[in-house]
Amino acid sequence: MISNGKSKTVIELHVNGDSHEVMVRSGDTLLDILREQLGLSGAKRSCENGDCGACTVLADGKPIHSCLSLAIESCDQSLMTIEGLMGSPIQQAFVDNWAIQCGFCTPGFILNCHALATEHPNASDEVIEEWMCSNLCRCTGYQEIKEAVQSVVRASGNA
Amino acid sequence: MIAKDISTSVKKKDHDGKISGQLAYISDVKVDSMLYGVLYRSPIAYGKVRSIRLPPLPEGYEKIGAEHIPGNNFVKLLHNDQPIFANEWVNYIGEPMFMLVGPKLDILYQLVDEVEVDFEEHPAIFTLEEAIKQKDQTGVFAYHEFGESLDVIKSIEKKAHRVIEEVYETGYQEHVYLEPQGMLGIYKADEILVKGSMQCLYYVKNALISALACEDDEVRVIQSPTGGGFGGKEDFPSMMACHVAIAAKVVKKPVMLLFDRAEDMEVTTKRHPAKFTYRTAIDEQGNILSMNVEVFLDGGANAGLSPVVLQRALLNSSGVYKIPHFHAKGYALKTNTVPNGAFRGFGAPQSFAAIESHLGHISSMLKRDPIQYKRNYLVKQGDPTITNGRFRDPILLEDMIQDLLQTADYTKKKEAFRAFNQQNKRFKKGIGASLFLHGCGFTGSGERDHIKAVVKLEKTEQDQVLIKVSNSDMGQGALTTLSKIVAKGLDLPYEDILFPDPDTKDVPDSGPTVASRTTMIVGKLLERAASQLKAGWQSGVAQEVVEHYIHEDMIPWDEETFSGDAYPAYSWGVNLIEVEVDILTGSVRIERVYGSFDIGRAIDERIVKGQIDGGMAQGIAYGFMEKMTSQLGKIQQKTISDYGPPTAMDLVPIESKLYDNPYAGGPYGAKGAGELPLTGGAPAVQAAIEDALQIPFYQIPVTPELIIESLTKKDGDARD
Repeated sequence: MISNGKSKTVIELHVNGDSHEVMVRSGDTLLDILREQLGLSGAKRSCENGDCGACTVLADGKPIHSCLSLAIESCDQSLMTIEGLMGSPIQQAFVDNWAIQCGFCTPGFILNCHALATEHPNASDEVIEEWMCSNLCRCTGYQEIKEAVQSVVRASGNA
Repeated sequence: MIAKDISTSVKKKDHDGKISGQLAYISDVKVDSMLYGVLYRSPIAYGKVRSIRLPPLPEGYEKIGAEHIPGNNFVKLLHNDQPIFANEWVNYIGEPMFMLVGPKLDILYQLVDEVEVDFEEHPAIFTLEEAIKQKDQTGVFAYHEFGESLDVIKSIEKKAHRVIEEVYETGYQEHVYLEPQGMLGIYKADEILVKGSMQCLYYVKNALISALACEDDEVRVIQSPTGGGFGGKEDFPSMMACHVAIAAKVVKKPVMLLFDRAEDMEVTTKRHPAKFTYRTAIDEQGNILSMNVEVFLDGGANAGLSPVVLQRALLNSSGVYKIPHFHAKGYALKTNTVPNGAFRGFGAPQSFAAIESHLGHISSMLKRDPIQYKRNYLVKQGDPTITNGRFRDPILLEDMIQDLLQTADYTKKKEAFRAFNQQNKRFKKGIGASLFLHGCGFTGSGERDHIKAVVKLEKTEQDQVLIKVSNSDMGQGALTTLSKIVAKGLDLPYEDILFPDPDTKDVPDSGPTVASRTTMIVGKLLERAASQLKAGWQSGVAQEVVEHYIHEDMIPWDEETFSGDAYPAYSWGVNLIEVEVDILTGSVRIERVYGSFDIGRAIDERIVKGQIDGGMAQGIAYGFMEKMTSQLGKIQQKTISDYGPPTAMDLVPIESKLYDNPYAGGPYGAKGAGELPLTGGAPAVQAAIEDALQIPFYQIPVTPELIIESLTKKDGDARD
C-alpha cells in the first residue's frame, strides 16, 4: 500500500458488522470515507482537528477521533458508528436525562460514553469526567450528559 | 399524554433522530449533480480592487461574482453596507469577493489558492481604540445619548465627596456552535430553494428577494436541523444563502457551501468587543449621587446588527439598579475587522459585566459587602426604567437574593474563605455574585413595527394539528415547548401535535428565532390560536386558524429620544459562584455555582434547566476562559482549542432554582429564558476571583496570564 497522497488503493473496512471495499487515497481520513463513501453521516465533521469529538467512532471498541485517523490505518479494525448502535442503554439514558440539545455532538458523545460504560462498568465520577473531556458540547454545560452516563454506570455496576 | 402542569417535562420531539445519527444536518445532505462552492476572501483589511487574475478553470468549474447578481449587491440588515461579493472595495480580511464552484472540493481549494488579486491598499482601522479616536470624522454606525443632563451631573460631581471613574473592557466571544455554518442552494425552473442551518427563515428569504430581484414566490427557504446557533446563525446565514442562490441560478445545479472550522472562526460574526467608562459620584456615606456612562462597541467592518446591539447594551448599562441622575451615551463604531453580530445576550452581557464590576469596586473601596451595597439600589415594581419606561410587573429580586444568601450560607462562607486564604499561601478561595435582568423580546417597537408576527395552526381531516411558524429549533427545544403550548390549549396529547421543518412556502412569518422571543411572543400567539381552534373545533374537518401579533399597551418607545418602554417584560437572575485560584499558575477552579431565575413560568422544566446549564457555562467561560483576539485585522484563534470553550472538567453542577412569577403577556405565564442565563456568569466569576485575590480587574476574560500579571503588579506596588 505504498502510495503518494493522490494515488488510490482499495482497502476493506469493517463497519457495523459489514465489510466494504473502498477506494482511498493515503491521505483520506476515516471520517471522509465513512461520510462520503459509505454514507454514514452520523459521524459529524466539526473541528477536523481532534478538539471536539463530534466525529467519534469506535475502533475495536475504543473511541477514536475519525477526523485524525487515516482510513488506510483502519482496515484491520472492527469499526462501529452511531448507525451500528441501536437501542443501547446509553442512548436511552441520553433521552431520559435531557442530555441532547442541538444534537450535533450527540452521536460522538454517545459512542464515547458507550465505550466508557463497557470498559469501566463501575466508573467513578473522575473517570467519567476524564472520558467526557474528549468531546465538546456547547449547549448543555455537560451536566445532563454526565447524569446520563452515571445512570448507566450505576445500573450496570449494580447488576 | 395530556399534561396537567405545563412545566412538567416531556420527551423532546427530536430526540430519536438525534440519538440514532439519522437526523440529517445540512452537511449530511447529498443531492444529484451537486456542486460545491469555495469563497475567495480578501487577504487585506482595507483597499480597492485593481484586478483579479484567475487560474485557468477546468471544465465544470465557474467563478460566481458580483456580475451575476441580478438585484442588490448587499445583504440589508440595517444599513446597505454588507456586499454579497465585494467587487470594488474590501473592508476586512476574509470578506467574500467571489466564489468558485465545481464538483470537487480539493480542486476548488487549489484553484482559490492560485487566484491573484491586485489591491490598492489603504490604511485600515484595526482596533476599537483607533476607532474611538477618529469617531468624530468617520465610522459611526450608531449613536445614542439619554438620561439626566450633563450640566446637572457636572454640578452634582462638583459637590460630591468623591467621583470614581473606571474604564472596563470586554473581549470577543465566539459561538462555537458544534455544527459549522452550511447552506445549500437548489435551482428549479420556477424557484430557487435554499436549505441550511439558520435561526431566521424570513431574514434569509428577504435577503434572497433583494439579491435576486425576484418575486416572493420565486424563492423558498427551508430550515435544516440546526446544530447550535446562540445568535451566530441569526444574521450570518443570509449572506451564505445569497452566495449559493446566485450560484445555483447561474449554473442551474445545486450548490453547497460548507465552512470548515477555521473558516467559521475566522470570518463569521462574534460578540462585540466593548469599552466602557463609568463615572460615579458618591457622598460621604458612600451613597450614589449620579452616574455617567460611555459605551463603545467594536462593530467590525459593517453595521450588521450593531445599532440594535448598542441599544441593548445601553438599556442595560445601569444593571438592575435605580440610579439617581443617570446619563449614558454609546457608539457602535466601524473597524476593518470581521463584522460582529448577534450572540446570546446581544450587548447585555458586556454591560452587566461592566456595571457589576464597577459597583463591586465601589463597594470594596467603601469596605462594604458588594451584595449588600447593591441591594440598596434594586429597582422595584412601578419604578421607572432609565428610559422612562416602567417596571410594571412584580420583581422578586430581593427575595431571590435573600434565599440564595441563605442557601449558600454566604456570610459564613465568606469568613471561612478569608480564614482559609490567610492560612494558605498558594490557593485562595473567593465568592462572588451578579444581579441581572433580560428584557424579553425585540428592543423597542420592533415587534409591532418590523416583525408583525403571524402564526398558523392547521388541522387535518384526521384531527392532527400542525404548527406553522417560521421559528427554528437549534437545540433550545422550540419544537417541544411550542407543541406543549398548543397541546395544552387544545386539551390534546402532546404527541398529536406535529411540527414539520419550517418552510417559507408553508409557514407565515412569525419572526426570527432571536431575542428570547420565541416562547414568549410566538408561544403566546400559538396559545391564542389554539384556543380559537378549540372554540371552532369540527372533528373530521380540515381547519386553519391564524393569529396576528397584538402590541401590549406600554409607554411608546421612541428610538430618537431613547425613551419609553424598551421591553414588554423582564426576566431576572441572581448568580453566586465560588472559586479557588492557584496564585502560582493563575488558574481558576470553579467550585460551586448557584443560579436563581425568574422567567415567569417554565414551559418545560428540563428544557429550561438545559438553557440555564448551557447558558451559564457560556457566560462563566466568557468571564475567565474564552479569549479571542485580532492582530492587524486577523483573528488569531483558528481552532477550538486555541480558543478554549469549557470541557466537562471545567464546570461543576449548577445549583439552579426557578421562581414562579407568571407574566400575563406570555403563554401560561412564560417570559424569555434563552439569553438570561448567559448574562450573569462573567460578572459573578470576576467578582469571585476578585474576592479570592483582593485585587480589582478591569476586563474580561480574567485569564491566568492576567491574574499573574495583576498579582505581580500588586507585589511591585506593595514593595514601592
